[in-house]
Amino acid sequence: MKVSVVGGSGYTGGELLRLLVRHPKVELEQVTSDSLAGKPLGRAHPNLRKVTDLTFTPHAELEETDLLFLAMPHGRSMERMPEFLVRAAKVVDLSADFRLRDPKAYETYYGVKHPHPELLAKTAYGLPELHREEIRNATLVSGAGCIATASILALRPLALAGAIDPAKVVVDAKSGSSASGADGGPASVHAERSGVMRLYSAEGHRHTAEIEQETGLTVGLSCHAVEAVRGVLATCHAFLNQPATEKDLWRWYRDAYAKEPFVRLVKEAGGIYRLPEPKILAGTNYCDVGFALDGHANRVVAVAALDNLMKGAAGSAVQCMNLMSGYSETLGLDFVGLHPI
Amino acid sequence: MTQCPECEAVVQKGDKIEGEIFSCPECGVELEVTVAEPFAVALAPQEAEDWGE
Repeated sequence: MKVSVVGGSGYTGGELLRLLVRHPKVELEQVTSDSLAGKPLGRAHPNLRKVTDLTFTPHAELEETDLLFLAMPHGRSMERMPEFLVRAAKVVDLSADFRLRDPKAYETYYGVKHPHPELLAKTAYGLPELHREEIRNATLVSGAGCIATASILALRPLALAGAIDPAKVVVDAKSGSSASGADGGPASVHAERSGVMRLYSAEGHRHTAEIEQETGLTVGLSCHAVEAVRGVLATCHAFLNQPATEKDLWRWYRDAYAKEPFVRLVKEAGGIYRLPEPKILAGTNYCDVGFALDGHANRVVAVAALDNLMKGAAGSAVQCMNLMSGYSETLGLDFVGLHPI
Repeated sequence: MTQCPECEAVVQKGDKIEGEIFSCPECGVELEVTVAEPFAVALAPQEAEDWGE
């Protein structure tokens, strides 16, 4: 299958290219970037040196293809989506521009009036664990946010069980610096970022809208920047509305994820990594999900870890491509991470 | 085949023998084979065990 990538010079674009150049069913045709036009892909992504002869193409020279990935900054694909849908039979947009079904949510969380609300209802939310069949049949799939993905996967079994107060959920998320993108601004400069445990969004984070859309819960989300390049850890606090035991929790989580190829239940009695930890997931498409029952506070602590550039972006996007194309869902993604790292 | 008393994961007998200590493949808790046939397990005692002997 012929595939092109629009906006391939950023971190999610680079991660996407790392997966696509080795994908057995993909022929990578074009990767666009105006700022790097004519330069080899390795100029932006040194890990791709000498694995492909491709050079960056100007956006204006984008040709028709079978499937198009959009890896542009938020706000860029909103206007141009009809044009992209003409150029490719299928489109996967990694930005936030088509993640939300409610057009008004874009005004609330992104401060813009969505120019193509008619396309929002036709877009599949790109989280296969929740929307597998919809994605399989979709023309347009929107990638899910990294913090949103971790939070949704942690909370979803509790929401499905109806066992928690749906109006009283708190998510405390930590993320690595790559989540800010290759042009993260002054806050991402090493001198400012190194060593921080910065609460950069106490409330009102954009991913709140996705988490609420996909879980049906009312969520208070706070996000911290921590000392890591990759990784998201979402620690979710929910309060039981009925008596429950740890065995109940095991049952709810197992019912939700026992057959999922990229979700692992992690709640172990021994060892160093007893609950999900993003560090050992770097470069992989896994989301590790765990939980603890706090009887004292009648609280469930649900936790999920992932690599923001992989399961939180490019990995899930390729998983969606596999589904949309009728390939095995795990094709090109079925590898484990490094330890120690 | 039986279930872990901690997390209710399915635990396979394989070639385990009575008295054998092993970890649950799902939650990692240490289990002891209390009866080999029919296969039954219990949480392994944490304090009374003579580990290494």
